[in-house]
Amino acid sequence: MDEINLEEFKGYRGAALNTLHKFNSPVWSDVEIITEDGNYKGLVLPRSETADEFHIVLKMPIGYNIGIAAEKIKEINIFGRREAKYKIPEKDFPFDPKKPNVKLLGTGGTIASRLDYRTGAVIPAFSPGELYGSVPELADICNLDTEKLYGVFSENMGPEQWIGLAEAIGREIEKGVQGIVIGHGTDTMHHTAAVLSFMVQDSPIPIVMVGSQRSSDRPSSDAALNLIHSVTTAAKSDIAEVMVCMFGPTSDLYGLLHRGTRVRKMHSSYRSTFRTIGDIPIATVSREKITPLREDYKRRRNDNSVKVNAVFDDRVAIVYYYPNMKPDMIDSLIDNGYKGIVIAGTGLGHVNKPLYPALKRAKENGVAVYMTVQTLWGYVQMYVYDTGRDMMELGVIPAANMLPEVAFVKLGWALGQTDDLQKVKEIMLTPIAGEITEREPSNGYLIYQGGLPEVEDFIKQYRK
Amino acid sequence: MYDFIFKPFNEMTEADYKTIGFKSGLEIHQQLLTEKKLFCRCPAGKYSKEYDAEILRHMRPTLSEMGVYDGTALMEFKTKKNIIYHIKRETVCTYEMDDTPPFLINEEALDIAIGIGLLYNCNTVDELHIARKQYLDGSIPTGFQRTAIYALDGWIPYKDRKIKIVQMSIEEDSCREVSDIGHERVYLTDRLGMPLIETVTEPAMKTPQEAAEVAWQCSKLVRSTHKVRRGMGAAREDVNVSVEGGTRVEIKGVSQISMIPVLTYNEAMRQWNLLRLREELKKRGITNETFKAEDFDVTNLLKKVNYAPLKNAVDTGMKICAVVLKGFKDLLHWQTQTDTYFSKEISDRVRVIACLTNIPNIIHSDSKSDTITSSDWQKIKKFANANDDDTMVIVWGSNEDAKTAVNEIIIRAKEATIGIPSETRQALSDGTNGFERILPGADRMYPDTDLPPKKITKERLERIKAWLPEQFWKRIEWYNKLGIPKDIIEELSISRYAELFKKAVNEWKVNPTTAAVLLIQYPKRLKKTEYLIEWLNEDMFESVLKNLADNKIPVDSLFTTFKTVAELGTFTGEVVLNPASDKEIDDAIVKAQADYSKMKIINPEKKNKLLMGMIMKKLRGKVSAKDIAQRIGFAKGVK
Repeated sequence: MDEINLEEFKGYRGAALNTLHKFNSPVWSDVEIITEDGNYKGLVLPRSETADEFHIVLKMPIGYNIGIAAEKIKEINIFGRREAKYKIPEKDFPFDPKKPNVKLLGTGGTIASRLDYRTGAVIPAFSPGELYGSVPELADICNLDTEKLYGVFSENMGPEQWIGLAEAIGREIEKGVQGIVIGHGTDTMHHTAAVLSFMVQDSPIPIVMVGSQRSSDRPSSDAALNLIHSVTTAAKSDIAEVMVCMFGPTSDLYGLLHRGTRVRKMHSSYRSTFRTIGDIPIATVSREKITPLREDYKRRRNDNSVKVNAVFDDRVAIVYYYPNMKPDMIDSLIDNGYKGIVIAGTGLGHVNKPLYPALKRAKENGVAVYMTVQTLWGYVQMYVYDTGRDMMELGVIPAANMLPEVAFVKLGWALGQTDDLQKVKEIMLTPIAGEITEREPSNGYLIYQGGLPEVEDFIKQYRK
Repeated sequence: MYDFIFKPFNEMTEADYKTIGFKSGLEIHQQLLTEKKLFCRCPAGKYSKEYDAEILRHMRPTLSEMGVYDGTALMEFKTKKNIIYHIKRETVCTYEMDDTPPFLINEEALDIAIGIGLLYNCNTVDELHIARKQYLDGSIPTGFQRTAIYALDGWIPYKDRKIKIVQMSIEEDSCREVSDIGHERVYLTDRLGMPLIETVTEPAMKTPQEAAEVAWQCSKLVRSTHKVRRGMGAAREDVNVSVEGGTRVEIKGVSQISMIPVLTYNEAMRQWNLLRLREELKKRGITNETFKAEDFDVTNLLKKVNYAPLKNAVDTGMKICAVVLKGFKDLLHWQTQTDTYFSKEISDRVRVIACLTNIPNIIHSDSKSDTITSSDWQKIKKFANANDDDTMVIVWGSNEDAKTAVNEIIIRAKEATIGIPSETRQALSDGTNGFERILPGADRMYPDTDLPPKKITKERLERIKAWLPEQFWKRIEWYNKLGIPKDIIEELSISRYAELFKKAVNEWKVNPTTAAVLLIQYPKRLKKTEYLIEWLNEDMFESVLKNLADNKIPVDSLFTTFKTVAELGTFTGEVVLNPASDKEIDDAIVKAQADYSKMKIINPEKKNKLLMGMIMKKLRGKVSAKDIAQRIGFAKGVK
């Protein structure tokens, strides 16, 4: 068996691999397969590695694929070879000296993607030429330069990539670009948005994170419009903050610009998944214009100066409290050398009593423990009930209305700067980029309940 | 070669169709009778025009698996439509809205689909691969239809030959279009996502009538399962037509089989006449290489025009363009279909691609109807420096639409030099057809990365075969041997009671004709008495047939008994009347004869018939008529 070049039989194993090998028919062979039941003409396709080992995938001339059981194949006649060249037509991105220069930093995600035969899933693809080839409207907005920093799925983003990204942003700002767009998978986009809000401070230009909820290999993808919105924001807006730019409604109407520290992915699949929590978004953006919803954002400047503080201690964790949680959950973090814990507590910020000894132990071991709320909306308030007061005695620090994920990345960032827990506390509780707000506006918490007549009227009237 | 001139529909002969090389194949779409949709758990088959919300989407072309853009996709992108979906909560969830990934395929639907494939003598695939077939017209919010080939290489008998079934796929149904005006197209989503199968025949039908007859055969096959939907829109045919030297053109969405002959006739005529048009162009020296067209902005020239559509265009600030087609004089009035001319081909393209949906959207100098004045035409002719041999086409719209329209007019006119464009065409109610879109190819297929391949096991096939009806043509063959009345055979062969019939005849030894009449004709007779035949069930039929077999029901009281069973909803002992005793019968005969002798008789030769009537009136349901006839010596009067 060791003479089989597995690359030629991509994804095949077991019986299917043996059959293809026996008839000398590697993937992309143009074939007629003779079986007990009938004959099938087509192209042998690579097989997903996660699929079983008993079938051969054939692309028929009409474009459909079928799987044929290897065991019933009597013969394979080969007519030639035809490999798919999946390539977005690449065209040089035009340069116009009158247009602003925007840099697109790629990290991966479905904003631009193509098919991966290994897993049968989509993998990211990315270059200015490809982007111009698929979204030519971008050239009407700016001069676009791209750099593929990483090619990872959102869930594989971590401190290493965050730091690299922050440093790359710093370099681009110093070079004088007028706006930065970051292509990112959507799952952890809000983590990255938050950490960049801390690592990159006083940016003179917009830093816009963007992704897509429907991959760009689908006609209905939100990728193109999100890209257009984000590039418009980077090139033209006067909002010099780290923002997430994603669909407002599920309809192809406009995008929302969310502050990087207040945004969260709230639905596993909706286009309009990103919502500003406990506040209102900074602005809306359409193909035509950017419409601010508030005044208190940082304005664009003409200088090239920025503070980049790209550090992170990854010995931090989020503990999502649940009823009857045992102290060993906290103990194991202490025993494994964690330096910081963010608890997402119930209600105003609570955990049960059996956890107290473990919290005490955390304090004694110099572990910083912060309290946030799993309700997501609202402030931690640990004075209302005795249990809250008890916990503060044990060293648990309320983190106001910081979202759990935001508190988590901020704690890692703070611990990356100092071991002094008093200084860490100062950093944690001093608002830097809107992660803690002094007040929650009355329209900051709106989850309309379907079924109510007035809500139904609203839904009928506005395309959501 | 193109000397043949099309005759009116009724005068075309088989030989005529042979002359033009008529070929037709079918793609039959059939909704399956399932409770839920194919890739989500929404209820299937609930239609309503009401809606609770709207969403708006745009479609962009993407690459196929082979790395190519599809022609149709690019065409649709040119049209830049706002697509509006009407959403009713009851029938649509976030899956159909394309805001949730698909759920696993509906197993019930897949079973029915495979079953129908087996009836078509197809090979079932070993592993199902769900593909995405791009549709950029917006008829599916994802921009693609989830579809999978599950069976290949079957056949259905027709006349003395077998029509090959090339392949069968299972797929989700699309939206229903509400309107398509200008740059906005509106869809209803209730039908979206319902399980559908597509059956593709080879193009083996040689006349329009054959195409329809094969469609009927296929319709019978699916109906024989009683697991498919019926009624308007539940079955829709796409009909492929080509003529010798022509192109395969697809007529989409034919919902009545009876329309197939005239539709295919008109399409064959269109193709034939387009080929003749090409010959005419050649004669005039116009080929793909020498074709010439020029366009002009004539907005200012027509400022004072009186023709209403153009006046309106001027008033609303639209741009008016003239296209001069060099050497095309009179050709826009070249007949293509019944009462339809080449200008319609051009107007259709302008309507679909440039979104100029208000008709008329073009006028031209070959037109016989009143449009602009001849002096206006002269003005344009002079301005454009056109010759007497040329044809002028005028189109109007917004700057951008007018530009697209001019482009399309030139493209379509130039295509006339090549022949017949590959298109899908829309069936129209008058039997002609109109342009729908460029025929899409294999380039629009893409594997569905959201769902894994699905193995179809041998056990599953066995399970399906257990409920599958016998192929209806085998039943027909047997019924013919049994000598069942011809008018019942077809219906019985696809009846849900065909298996019961088989049992009654083979096991219980019921007379085949009696059983067939009971199963097929009696419900109809019952229906005339305003009985709701939906209440009938297999148990009722079975009990009647069994009691008939046991001689508990006299044959001539069968309908009365059946009716009573149907009304009671069940078969009870009382349903069968007590048979008359010999004495009762004798008394009745004596009484009848006595009455007869008192009557004034006009036709004495009908004496026995009259007597029979009088006796049976008294004893119906309690004796067999045959018995009475024998007793009064009237044997031949009763079968």
